[in-house]
Amino acid sequence: MNRLLLLGGLGLLVLAAGLASLAVGSVSLGWARMAAVLGGAGDDVARTILVDLRLPRALLGLGVGAMLGVSGATLQGYLRNPLAEPSVLGVSSTAALGAVIALYFGLANWHPLLLPLLAIAGAFAGLGLLGLLSGRSESPLTLILAGIAVSTLAVAGTSLSLNLSPNPFAAMEIMTWLMGSLEDRSFEHVWIALPCIAIGLLLLLWDGRALDALTLGEDGATSLGIDLRRTRLRLLLGVAIGVGGAVAISGSIGFVGLIVPHLVRPLTDRSPSAILLPSVLAGAALLTLADVAVRIIPTTAELKLGVVTAFLGVPIFLVHLMRERRLW
Amino acid sequence: MVTIRAERLGVALGRRAVLADVDADLAPGRLIGVIGPNGAGKSTLVRALLGLVPLSGGGVRVDGQPVARLPRAALARRIAYLPQGQTLHWPLTVERLVALGRLPHLAPLSRIGEADVAAIDRAIEQADIGHLRGRVATELSGGERARVLLARALAVEAPALIADEPLAALDPGHQLEVMALLRRQADAGALVVAVLHDLSLAAGHCDRLLLLHHGRLVADGPPDRVLTADRLADVYGVRAWIGEVEGRRLVVPISHHG
Repeated sequence: MNRLLLLGGLGLLVLAAGLASLAVGSVSLGWARMAAVLGGAGDDVARTILVDLRLPRALLGLGVGAMLGVSGATLQGYLRNPLAEPSVLGVSSTAALGAVIALYFGLANWHPLLLPLLAIAGAFAGLGLLGLLSGRSESPLTLILAGIAVSTLAVAGTSLSLNLSPNPFAAMEIMTWLMGSLEDRSFEHVWIALPCIAIGLLLLLWDGRALDALTLGEDGATSLGIDLRRTRLRLLLGVAIGVGGAVAISGSIGFVGLIVPHLVRPLTDRSPSAILLPSVLAGAALLTLADVAVRIIPTTAELKLGVVTAFLGVPIFLVHLMRERRLW
Repeated sequence: MVTIRAERLGVALGRRAVLADVDADLAPGRLIGVIGPNGAGKSTLVRALLGLVPLSGGGVRVDGQPVARLPRAALARRIAYLPQGQTLHWPLTVERLVALGRLPHLAPLSRIGEADVAAIDRAIEQADIGHLRGRVATELSGGERARVLLARALAVEAPALIADEPLAALDPGHQLEVMALLRRQADAGALVVAVLHDLSLAAGHCDRLLLLHHGRLVADGPPDRVLTADRLADVYGVRAWIGEVEGRRLVVPISHHG
C-alpha cells in the first residue's frame, strides 16, 4: 500500500478518534454546542465539560496510545521478536510499582501529582536495574532475560503491597489503578505525560534505519555502520521516559503495544522502520477509540481501559497470528 | 583502494585462544581465500578484521588506521561484509533487502537517491537475482537466499569485500559463477577476502590463500604453494589428489585418516 495513503488514512482515523473522544461522555452536548466551544464561543457549562474534562482525556488517550504503539514497534524491531511489547523490558512494571508505593503509603493523598512522579521514578529505577543486569552485552536475549527479572521483581513488590495493604479499600484502590484508566484526568496530568511522551517518541523514531539493519543480525548491522550501543541507549531511554510517563498517568494498559505493530505491518513493506510512524498513529487511534468504548458500553461501574484493551487485543492478535504465521 | 593489515592478531573467547599471532597484509586488487578445517578460526579472523570481536592481542589497521578508532560508518563504506549463515529476521522483499546495502551511504533523514537505485540494480544484476526481485526473501531457497545476501553486500559498492562462506548452499553452477564474480571484483581493483571450504575452487580462483589451523596461520601464499599434499595431510587429515585440468588446479580429497 502506498505509504502516503496509509499515513493519511491513519491520520484521519486519529482525528476521528479524537473528535469522538470529545463528543462522548455522561452528558450529551450536541454538535452545535461543541462546535461553538471549539470556535471560541459557547456557554460556560459546555466549555468546562469540553475543555477541562474531555480534552485532557482525549489528549492523554492519543499520547499514551501513540507511545505504547511506537514502543511496541521499536522493541519488536530491536529484539527481532514479534511478541515483544513495552512491558518486556520491565520498566512499565517498575513504573506501576512506583505508583503502587504512592498509593500504599497514602502519598497520593498529600498531592495528586506525587503518584505520577513516583511512577516515573519507578521507570528510571527499572531502567537502571535493567542496565546493571544486562551489562554491555548486545544480544537481545540478555535484554529480554534482564527485563523478565526486573518485571518479576516489580510484580512481586506490587503483590506484596496488596498482601500487606492495611484495609480492603487501600487494596481496592491499588487494584483499580493497576487496571488502567484515563477517567478524571486533568491538564496537570497532561503536562506530566505529554513531555515524557514527546521525548520518548523522538528517541524511538530516530533509529528506524538501525532497526532495518538489524534484520541482518548484529554483525550485519554493525558492518553497515550502525553503532549498536548508541541505538540501544536511545531505545532504553525512550521506552523508560515515554512509557514511564504514560503508565504514570494511565496505569497499566496491556496489548496495545503488542497488537498495533501487527495491525500495521501487513500494510507496509514489513521493514521495521516502515511500521514506526504508522504505529504511532494507529496506537493513538486504537487507545482513544477503546477509551470511547469504555464510556459507551453500559455497565454499572465504568469499565477500565486496560480491561477493554486486553479483551480487544486477544481476538485481533489471534487473527493476525493465524494470517502471519506462514511468513515466519 | 583499501589495505587491511593484521599484526600479531589474537582473539580469545573466554580463556580459549581462538586466534593467535596472525600476521597478514591484505592488499587491493587481490582475491584472497581463507581456508582451514572447522573451528580453525576462519570466521573469527574475518570478524576481527572488521573490528567485530574484541582482540586479546595485536591489532588491525585499515589503510594504516587502527580499526577500533575508525568510526563505524566510515568503516562500513570501506569494507562490505557478508556474514556467515543466512540471518534474516523479517520477511522483506529481495529488493528491500538489497537496498539495506546502501545504508552506509545515506545521510540522516535522507531518502534513497538515483545513485543508490543504480547501485542496487547493479548488485541485483551481478548476483543474477533479477527474477527474484519482488519475492519475499525468507521464502526463497537456501541457495537463492545466499545470492540475495551477496547482492546486499555488493550493493555497498565498497572498495573491499569480506565474504564469510559465500558459496555455502550454492549449486555447482552458481558456485563457479560467484567465484567468477568475486574474481571480477578483485580484477577491478577491490580487495576481496572470502572464507572458503571447497579447496578446488579456492585453488582455481584465488590469488592467495591463508590457511588456518588451530587458530594459527600455518601457510600464506599462492595456492600451489599452500595446498601441498603434506600440508593437507597435516591440517585436514586427508589424502588428496592434486592436479590440473584445463589449466585449473584441482584438489580432490580422497580419504580421511583421522
